Amino acid sequence: MAPGNRPLSPHLQVYRPQITSLLSILHRITGVALVGGALIFTYWISSATYGPEVFAQAQSILGSWFGRLVLLGMTFALYYHLANGIRHMAWDVGWGYEMPKLRLTGWLVVLFSGGMTVLTFAAAYVVAGAK
Amino acid sequence: MMEFRSSLGRVRGLGNSKEGGIGHWWAERLAAVALVPLTLWFVYSAVLMTGADAAQFKAWVGAYGNPVLLILFTIAVYHHGQMALTVIIEDYVHHEAANLIALVLVKLGAFFCATYTIFCIVRLTFGG
Ligand code: HEM
Repeated sequence: MAPGNRPLSPHLQVYRPQITSLLSILHRITGVALVGGALIFTYWISSATYGPEVFAQAQSILGSWFGRLVLLGMTFALYYHLANGIRHMAWDVGWGYEMPKLRLTGWLVVLFSGGMTVLTFAAAYVVAGAK
Repeated sequence: MMEFRSSLGRVRGLGNSKEGGIGHWWAERLAAVALVPLTLWFVYSAVLMTGADAAQFKAWVGAYGNPVLLILFTIAVYHHGQMALTVIIEDYVHHEAANLIALVLVKLGAFFCATYTIFCIVRLTFGG
């Protein structure tokens, strides 16, 4: 094949989706989503410097059904990206490349992030209920 | 055409991490390692702040140890995020001018957001 005319990355259109490839792209998607999460964090912290009314408004926006939905997504993205980030760094030091280990750690990451998201939201509802 | 330079010599320094990829790679990972405990602490704290009013929130930001952890969290998030976005831009934005503009926006944006957030944390800690 002529140089400069080589196939590049995996051609997603002709690849059957697999747990490994799905989790891989999800790491990038959650990473980009978390940049939005960082901006929400900055909005939250900064709102308190504009006085109690502005902070109360921020709290009610974040606590609205839409705010909760976004935060639910952010919570999942954070746990997923954290756990899969550790998986990434294990690969960086050379651990976990065998196919069975790849699948096992992949499913562990999914279980961890799903479970922790539910626990975190349950805890937040308990805290809100106690106020 | 004769080409005396090796392939490696020709591509060195072409990426967005001009000095060579290893330094960039390390800095991105280092922030990621720091983010593991910092994020878990932050999520725990944020849950406790569900439905809090401004007074409770200020008391939490300024409580012993929290301002330092919050500032470290801010730096790690924006540092890691900015470096990771650089890699993504490198993957998708091939037009040279667009690549440069995207990079400048990401780097300056992250720098601004981090500085502003830290300023707010300090203000909530010491402000009246
Ligand atoms: C919670 C702790 C975190 C850990 C352990 C972590 C770890 C990692 C690692 C190891 C990578 C590189 C993946 C690779 O080699 O391709 C990465 C990529 C990335 N991270 Fe994080 N990260 C964390 C939090 C965050 C946060 C809070 C943000 C948002 C500001 C973020 C945004 C990104 C982005 C945008 C990428 C690029 C994804 C890509 O290149 O495909 N990460 N993260």
